[in-house]
Amino acid sequence: MRRLKVFKNLVIDSLDAITKGSRKYHIWMAFLTFVMLAGMYCYSIQLKEGLSVTGMSDRVSWGLYISNFTFLVGVAAAAVMLVMPTYVLKDIDFKRSVLMGEGLAVAALIMCLAFVVADMGGPSVLWHMIPGIGVFNFPNSMLTWDVIVLNGYLFLNLSIPFYILFRRYQGKVPNPKIYVPGAILSVLWAVAIHLVTAFLYQGLQARPFWNNALLGPRFLASAFAAGPALIILVLAVIRSFTAFKIEDKTLNKISMIVVVAAQINIIMLISELFKEFYAPTHHSESAYYLFFGLDGKTALLPWIWTAISMNVVATVILTIGKLRRNLKVLYFCCALLFVAIWIEKGFGLIVPGFIPGPYGKIVEYLPTGIEVGVTIGIWAMGAFIFTILAKTAIGIELGTLRYKSRKD
Amino acid sequence: MSEKKKWYSLDLGLNRKKSDTTCGCGKTEGGCGSHKPEMTDDAFLEAAVNASIGEEVRKDGFEQVFDVKMDRRSAFKKLTASLLIGAGAVSTSCSVISGDDSKEKAQIDWEEQFKGNYKLMNDDEKKATVDRLMRSYELRTGKNISMTAENAADDVLFGYAFNISKCQGYMDCVNACVEENNQDRDSQMQYIRIHEMKDGKGFNFNEADDNYYHEVPAEGHFYMGTQCFHCDNPPCVEVCPVSATWREDDGLVVIDYDWCVGCRYCMAACPYDGRRFNWSKPEVPEAEINKNQHYLGNRMRKKGVMEKCTFCVQRSRKGQNPACVEACPTGARIFGNLLDPKSTIRWVLENKKVFRLKEDLGTEPKFWYFMD
Repeated sequence: MRRLKVFKNLVIDSLDAITKGSRKYHIWMAFLTFVMLAGMYCYSIQLKEGLSVTGMSDRVSWGLYISNFTFLVGVAAAAVMLVMPTYVLKDIDFKRSVLMGEGLAVAALIMCLAFVVADMGGPSVLWHMIPGIGVFNFPNSMLTWDVIVLNGYLFLNLSIPFYILFRRYQGKVPNPKIYVPGAILSVLWAVAIHLVTAFLYQGLQARPFWNNALLGPRFLASAFAAGPALIILVLAVIRSFTAFKIEDKTLNKISMIVVVAAQINIIMLISELFKEFYAPTHHSESAYYLFFGLDGKTALLPWIWTAISMNVVATVILTIGKLRRNLKVLYFCCALLFVAIWIEKGFGLIVPGFIPGPYGKIVEYLPTGIEVGVTIGIWAMGAFIFTILAKTAIGIELGTLRYKSRKD
Repeated sequence: MSEKKKWYSLDLGLNRKKSDTTCGCGKTEGGCGSHKPEMTDDAFLEAAVNASIGEEVRKDGFEQVFDVKMDRRSAFKKLTASLLIGAGAVSTSCSVISGDDSKEKAQIDWEEQFKGNYKLMNDDEKKATVDRLMRSYELRTGKNISMTAENAADDVLFGYAFNISKCQGYMDCVNACVEENNQDRDSQMQYIRIHEMKDGKGFNFNEADDNYYHEVPAEGHFYMGTQCFHCDNPPCVEVCPVSATWREDDGLVVIDYDWCVGCRYCMAACPYDGRRFNWSKPEVPEAEINKNQHYLGNRMRKKGVMEKCTFCVQRSRKGQNPACVEACPTGARIFGNLLDPKSTIRWVLENKKVFRLKEDLGTEPKFWYFMD
């Protein structure tokens, strides 16, 4: 009974906290709301007309939505890079930033689910997937595995921070015996979500571009570069706009993770390129299309070469310790890396899987305005959710949001 | 009808009827000056009817209803009827004691929305949903369709063979398939693709053209058709998260259109380009709808679901050949029961050098190619 009362107060307090803020905060939230509404309008058109309003076709049947989904699973998985040292290795440095990482994971996961729903032909019959009332084709379909791991991870990343914040809100110290097992589980789980998502593609013998054993590991490497890179950028913003203190030491430690993952990612990229181009087979055609174009169809060329150059430049700069410790350079490189991997693990991965088609037909894919609108809307939703979560968490961590203080 | 549509460029009844009544100016009626003035009244009436049907075919949605040429009497009749329907809809939706029809419609819609997966239904449930769908069609359009839920027969395993030497690329099979299976006319969906290949290049799909618009057989080319191969080990079935697609006991790989959630994972998993998606609401002109339907076959689909070749389940389970086999003028297509030692398909498999596509993937297609 008392817990319910505390929870009610927490909701009221956090509603209070997220609706009050500086002028910049209000402009930011209004902007996000506007973009979300525009995205919803685009989605309403898609609901009415069907997926024909997107650039997808029978030849390229997955596009921007699934690309963003794949990338964001990686971002969500990356929260673990902060969880592990904080809870498991008891590194006190990360303690303050880990809540941000978990908030980011929650936002990314909700975006993932939104992208999947946006891609569905029949969102109104999605209940067919719910075990019990529907038919859940487990364990045959990798998609059902993905549903389980994503929702499980969402639950973990909601419950652990909630427990910690709920205790802090009451001015109590969270009990490590309760949250550390959860944290360890979420570390393993994070690896699983990205590996399972890779298996989604890796298991298709019909698509040689995806059907290679390196896909899963490469997903992990790129995710552990892009995710923490985003966390660094977010922490930088939080540092400059709120009283929440994040030390340079923390950013430096996270940047170590970014650089190691980015290096491994480049090594794997080289291995992949060697395999595809040293002794090219019929199965290398998708890679040819991606990197050099096929039959004069070159839509992805500018994207992939931009991505690779950004990737290499950022990795090289970050490898040099002196440059990495310069925060301005670090932010710049993180932004480069994030965009590069978004291209590479997004449509640079999904679209070439369909080109050329099973019988060699080359039909290119270009997203339509409506598709882009929905995509941007979902990204705005993610940013909106993260801002709300972060504002509440920061309030509790700083002690401005307290259960007791309301009573006085 | 636009000449660009592949399935109309060939031998279709409507096409001929249409070309009889159009003149060089492109109009379907008089006014261009080239129509013969001595046309008799009867002939003119017939021409006008044909022309208006021809136009109706091209239109969809509201246009079909509102954009039709008619005389004053039928216009009044239709207006009155639609007013009655409209008024009825308003009154039934507002009143507690609504009409039986709309109540029934609502009941059917409700039951259809929340029915289970066809694969798991027993025969009574199958019959119930088929009855509901037929009744729903009747309530909506005033016309009857016949739909069955015939199960796979014992000791039947369907197989298909394609004679590469015989196929001349006429694409009669494609037209017959579109007509038989009520495929969406707007997006020109086709289950069958005919690949035109160059002589001397072997089976080089990369250089083949599956979208040709010229006279066939073209000099120095040969033709090869692909469609769903009804694999014995179908990758598309494995990946479906809701089991909306499965392999029936007679070997047909089928889809429950009402259970499909439209994730298109099966499409990505198919190595043979055998699956199609309804990117928008499929439209088939009322006059062209094939009313002999099967729940798993050619019944009307909706937007956002997968569909594919079913070896014309509505025909094959009645002992008929699929429409493509029947339409083929060269006899390149052979269909039959693989478990019947006296069937033609068995004779082909035993006496010809047959092969299948992408056998290395382990999908075990039940679709063989051979040459004379």
